[in-house]
Amino acid sequence: MSQATLTWASGPVIRARMHGPFQIYEALAVGERGLLGEVVQLKGDELTAQVYEDTGGLEPGAPLRGTEGPLSVLLGPGLLGQIYDGLLRPLTGLDAPFLAAGERVRVPREYAFEPGVTVGATLSAGQPWARVPDGGRLAQLRVPPGIGGVVASIASAGTYPDDRPLCTIVDTAGHEHAIGMMEHWPVRVPRPSAARLPACAPMITGQRILDTLFPIARGGRAALPGGFGTGKTVLQQALAKWCDADVIVYVGCGERGNEMAEVLNELPVIEDPRTGRPLLERTVIIANTSNMPVAAREASIYTAITVGEYLRDQGLNVALMADSTSRWAEALREISGRLGELPSEAGYPAYLSSRLASFYERAARVLTLGGDEGSVTVIGAISPPGGDFSEPVTMHTRRFVRSFWALDAKRARARFYPAVNPLASYSEDAVRVAAWWQAHGNSNWVEHRRRLLDLLGQQARLERMARIVGKDALPAAQQLTLLLADLANEALLQQSSFSAADRYCSPARQSAMLRLLMRFVELAEAALARGVSVRDITALPHLARLKRLGEEHDETDLAGIEALGRDVEAAVLSLAATHAP
Amino acid sequence: MRPEISVTGAVTRIDGSLLFLERTVNVGLNTAVEVEGPDGLLRVGRIAAVETDRLVVEVLQSTTGLSLGGTRVRFAARPLTLAVGPGLLGRIFDGLGRPIDGGPPVPAVTHLPIDGAAINPAHRELPRDFIETGITTIDLMNSLVRGQKLPIFSGGGLPHDRLAAEIALRARLRGATAGKFSVVFAGIGVSADSAEYFRATMESSGALGHTVMFLNRADQASAERLLTPRYALTAAEYLAFHEGHHVLVVLTDLTNYCEALREVSASHGEVPSRKGYPGYMYSDLASLYERAGCLRGVAGTVTQLPVLTMPADDIGHPIPDLTGYITEGQIVLDRELDRQGIYPPVRVLPSLSRLMSAGIGKGYTHPDHPALANQLFASYARAIHVRVLASVMGAEALTDVDRRHLAFASAFEASIVSQTRGRTLEESMAIGWQVLQRLPTAELSRLSQAQLAAHFHGDAHA
Repeated sequence: MSQATLTWASGPVIRARMHGPFQIYEALAVGERGLLGEVVQLKGDELTAQVYEDTGGLEPGAPLRGTEGPLSVLLGPGLLGQIYDGLLRPLTGLDAPFLAAGERVRVPREYAFEPGVTVGATLSAGQPWARVPDGGRLAQLRVPPGIGGVVASIASAGTYPDDRPLCTIVDTAGHEHAIGMMEHWPVRVPRPSAARLPACAPMITGQRILDTLFPIARGGRAALPGGFGTGKTVLQQALAKWCDADVIVYVGCGERGNEMAEVLNELPVIEDPRTGRPLLERTVIIANTSNMPVAAREASIYTAITVGEYLRDQGLNVALMADSTSRWAEALREISGRLGELPSEAGYPAYLSSRLASFYERAARVLTLGGDEGSVTVIGAISPPGGDFSEPVTMHTRRFVRSFWALDAKRARARFYPAVNPLASYSEDAVRVAAWWQAHGNSNWVEHRRRLLDLLGQQARLERMARIVGKDALPAAQQLTLLLADLANEALLQQSSFSAADRYCSPARQSAMLRLLMRFVELAEAALARGVSVRDITALPHLARLKRLGEEHDETDLAGIEALGRDVEAAVLSLAATHAP
Repeated sequence: MRPEISVTGAVTRIDGSLLFLERTVNVGLNTAVEVEGPDGLLRVGRIAAVETDRLVVEVLQSTTGLSLGGTRVRFAARPLTLAVGPGLLGRIFDGLGRPIDGGPPVPAVTHLPIDGAAINPAHRELPRDFIETGITTIDLMNSLVRGQKLPIFSGGGLPHDRLAAEIALRARLRGATAGKFSVVFAGIGVSADSAEYFRATMESSGALGHTVMFLNRADQASAERLLTPRYALTAAEYLAFHEGHHVLVVLTDLTNYCEALREVSASHGEVPSRKGYPGYMYSDLASLYERAGCLRGVAGTVTQLPVLTMPADDIGHPIPDLTGYITEGQIVLDRELDRQGIYPPVRVLPSLSRLMSAGIGKGYTHPDHPALANQLFASYARAIHVRVLASVMGAEALTDVDRRHLAFASAFEASIVSQTRGRTLEESMAIGWQVLQRLPTAELSRLSQAQLAAHFHGDAHA
């Protein structure tokens, strides 16, 4: 292990004189306390490193130790249901309420172990070789990428600590590889897969405005930009709770501590609607709040996606929520500034765009090395300064995502949540998932979606006009369009994350609501054509019931939506009948 | 621990607030130092960078009067700390934690580093205890809870000082045992009269005994300003987490803090980011704001009420913008309402409390509180939209429903926003229901049938 001596320190950046070879991006232990650091520059006999912890107290002459590998995290059973810092060190189980810098001793956990192969068997990367029944969804142990060969020895069934090698594999070149329950993986390197698969099925988020208007496919990538107070975090948390992924990786990157408290408070008590188990059991939380060291914030995004890929390799569908990628970009900027690099747009380093691209590119639906199907879907929140979407992080992200969910301050101020602006948002995945929706509940999905978007587009145009000439001066058909668009917003697109009845909307209920609304649009337009006045349609008592559709008819009451549909149909038809030509 | 060491004549260069010293002693990054010039004055500083043969000291007070030869630098064996003890209460300190009320030093129970340490997110307790402030636009529409950080976004000349002082005086927990309550006030680059206003208000109401004040005046060194909130928050954390108090921290004015940050950053020759503010301003502000919160199994709490004046009343300016991303909401004051004589001039629509949903409703305040607040927001937003329409084409061109919204907006501002005395939440809610009566029930889509039946006798629309 190479050694070095500290010569210069300022903030999270240090320099040291090397007494042996170091690699670029090698992880380091800095000073007596063993602060975690990473080499970012090598020049002559001097290295420059960023330190992931508070550097207070460091002085020249302090020793540095190399670790002979890049910054890596330890992956294995027991990941789920836990909260970690940006470097995947557990935050639970620490006694002091305040975080101290320095090395933490990892206490190995014990698991029951059942070997799945015998000596002499041939194994390749990704294949299961043993079972760990307590591991929950991570019960299968798989051969880490890059390793394969013949099993030379394997431990017998029993209970073992998770840091012990349990199996030896000899590859064709005769090299021995010892593997155990845990494996190291460098966070900045994507984990390999056998093949990338095309996206086809949607990831159901349970949010109508997303699933219906701007869907995201499994293995897709979405950006969620919004100024402060537009409900990014509430929406991210709603997605973490209700989306139909098998596993959620939630990374709080430079965000609020109280938000983490909120997640930790809620997830253990909310039931997963699919399994009936607490939601926490399917969640990995990575928390690097805004006041925790900035270099670790930069690493936390990579840590999270590495965890996501590891879970994907178990054949799981993973959804990764990153809140917020702007804080990550700012960490990048801060460190780049301290390294004295030439700033580009808004002070960000010139490599911001390529870093964003390589992060989002790790989202995919794949055939794993073990032959299963798994996916990582990435949803990144963006906090643009001043809510201005033309800033570098939003602009670059836009080029790499397929779904763009723009949050709107105006909608948020009217407490219209989720405050997704339907005119500024888009989804390239809509085409890919149309077939799924048509097979699962709504054969007219494509047509309905198009009609709804059209209605909302017209609304914006007509409202501009109404502002000049007055609403009453518009032709009746346009007045009706405004009424219907308003109804679509209230009845369908608005959805409260705090309402027990409406916080989650299943595909079946979404389909029923969309069908009802579209039927009403059709009927109302037909009625108008037969001479019924807009005033009469506005006066229909059913409108108030329609507006509270999501609130009044929860998942168990799909029949209620159908019944309301029949009532509305009868009411509009009888209205039209009085105007029979 | 090393004993204190001092060196004389090691300073090789003075550049603004930075001293460059030959490195003749072993000291670590961030160590506190005392710099004494030939004039005999003591200045506080800390080690900003260390090299093999050189140290950089950042002096946090004026460097006027320092010379290369005659300057003595004394190194403490630890970072900057504040001596804390129960004796803090009732005392007034300068921006560097030194008493300025003529009293003796505080008997120290312990010394705490002023930079604090990050709270382990897994040890945080979710803030849920509703604090009644007596202000309807806060209690009813943007509720404050214990452990929250809720800034007031104001502008020059608006009554933010009065509002902050009133909240500090009136804030109370409903029902349950109130616990020990104290106020920490940090005046950051404030004028002498704002500091005096706050002191006099607390004194006249007899509250000075449970108040600690830190005052950094506008004419003191900028670098000192960067430490004032840190001393104040250290005192607050001590009172909360060691003494079990519920502490309300009023920090005013954060805009002065950010200006000082920009000035100091520029003097260090750092690459500026937006509007010349340093790129790390977000992390720096977070290191202050994130010191609010509740801890699992600890009685006391720290609640923050930072005040900032938006430069040119621009909410998109980096100072309010970055603050809004860290804090749990904001209360926005409005010049137009102030001009109309409405007090407190809270602009309701852009105001927000993120922790509201955790602290109100069944089991916390009143079961109907969330729906009522939600309906008021939605209706007022619509009413403001109508008001814009009316200003373009005249009220005559509006539909009947729109005209009723217009009347609702005026009633909302006159009855809900404007108030002359503190109100209980019940009073605030009653006014809310009453103002909603002006709208047809068909427009009240955020209320359930049961809520409509209970509060709207006879359909106003019929």
